[in-house]
Amino acid sequence: MNQSSWALAATVVGLLGAATLIGRLLTRMHHLGLNPVAVESFNSRLRAWWTICSFMAVAFISKSLTVAMFGVVSFQALREFITLTPTRPGDHRALFWVFFFFTPLQYLLVGMDYYSVYSILIPVYAFLFIPLRVAIAGDAKRFLERVAKIQCALLVCVYCLSYAPALLYLDAPGLDDAKRARLLFFFIVITIVSEAVQFVWSRLYGRHVIAPEINAARTWEGLLGGSATTALIGMALYWATPYTELWHAALVSMLVAVMGFAGAMTMSAIKRDRGVSDFGTLVEGHGGVLDRIDAICFAAPVFYHVSKLLLVG
Amino acid sequence: MLTEIAINLLAKFMGGASVRWVDSQPDTTQRVYFANHTSHIDVILVWSALPAHVRKITRPVAAKDYWSQNWFRRKLARAYNALLIDRHEVKVHQSPVDVMLREIGQEHSVIIFPEGGRSDGVAIGEFKSGLYYMARKRPDLELIPVYLNNMNRVLPRDEYLPIPLLTTVTFGPPMWLERGESKVDFLARARSAVIKLGEAYREEPDHSRTGLPAPLGPTPPAGAAG
Repeated sequence: MNQSSWALAATVVGLLGAATLIGRLLTRMHHLGLNPVAVESFNSRLRAWWTICSFMAVAFISKSLTVAMFGVVSFQALREFITLTPTRPGDHRALFWVFFFFTPLQYLLVGMDYYSVYSILIPVYAFLFIPLRVAIAGDAKRFLERVAKIQCALLVCVYCLSYAPALLYLDAPGLDDAKRARLLFFFIVITIVSEAVQFVWSRLYGRHVIAPEINAARTWEGLLGGSATTALIGMALYWATPYTELWHAALVSMLVAVMGFAGAMTMSAIKRDRGVSDFGTLVEGHGGVLDRIDAICFAAPVFYHVSKLLLVG
Repeated sequence: MLTEIAINLLAKFMGGASVRWVDSQPDTTQRVYFANHTSHIDVILVWSALPAHVRKITRPVAAKDYWSQNWFRRKLARAYNALLIDRHEVKVHQSPVDVMLREIGQEHSVIIFPEGGRSDGVAIGEFKSGLYYMARKRPDLELIPVYLNNMNRVLPRDEYLPIPLLTTVTFGPPMWLERGESKVDFLARARSAVIKLGEAYREEPDHSRTGLPAPLGPTPPAGAAG
């Protein structure tokens, strides 16, 4: 690790430390009248962020290990997704292929840097294969709905998330492995930061809830204020990124904030439909992996492609 | 030993089970764990949900004809110390219950599936009488109801390749045969104890509002609002 990488790591530890301190204070300050459930969910998110950031350090050591790590996270998110949404026995074989063929293959291809294959494997080939396999199983009941659900799970949990470790192989002039690792780290940190600042903006100035039926905690003030703040923080971290212009860092940060919001809303809608508050119970009372990575899933492909566009020029 | 570890890892991986103890604790007292039966690998799931020191003295009861069919199944059965019962050779003083009680002695606990065959995984079938006779002959045994959720989706009937969904194993409070309780009453009570443990998983979300039909499968429990 070189100097910039250490500096970035130190900044992250500083940010997380500050956030943890705020979380602790919010827990104590009952007179503010904050919803204790919301504060607790913020604190449990923080614990997850610490874990994510510690694991991200692996990116500086081994690319393939990082890819494998994201593969495991995808696998876990996928099983949470499929566990939550109902399937019929006729989906069994299709799901077997999804779990044990397409998911490992996607990450294998990312690790082997076959962009032209992994970028279409799931949205083209898997999406054509799944309806066929379900049809062959011979159960037509609510066919389209079942197929769509498996495809959605695969797209969000596997395809989208795999763009995060793919950053380690991003090919652009002037990039070396250390810079790529920092780019991935920057992406994760910005996603986390955007969630935190959106939460704070919503709590402090939130008046207009966007869709109370889906998620009562997401407000327009949180989204707009959060995105603007995230852009500023992204600019402050510009020195750690490989972008050539300051506004590039601001732009991608803002996009990450908006996409993170999109991910959280989409996942909220699914959970609301199923009548649950969390995707999993991996750790009792802490929700599942998918609850923690929804923003990352949605933001990763956009971040990847926009970064590529900006860096290649 | 190695096989045991391998089976355990595999069960953890495929079943991804979270284990809950409701009003009971893992313990080495002699017990009969009775669970709903939904898939071939239920036995392994319940067994690996127990802590190692309890697992050591716990023997799953399984059908001899199925588990001695080939080398692999025999090896598996040995690894989890299965108590194999011959379903076809039932004689006087050689009934499955007698064999079980003789085999467990004063030391082992057993895992049984009182529905007999596998149910469809949603409804819980009527219990066979074995549990009652065990309770009558050995009133000192603690009877622990166990509910397996979602296993029927991991490995449905007639499938042989499991998919790694998340499941739950819930252990309930111990029960005993009451004085003068009839066989029918007791079996109904035992069955409802298992059903009760599964109630948390049957809360259907409100679909009346959206006009959609009810969901297709079992639902996980609703957690705290977040």
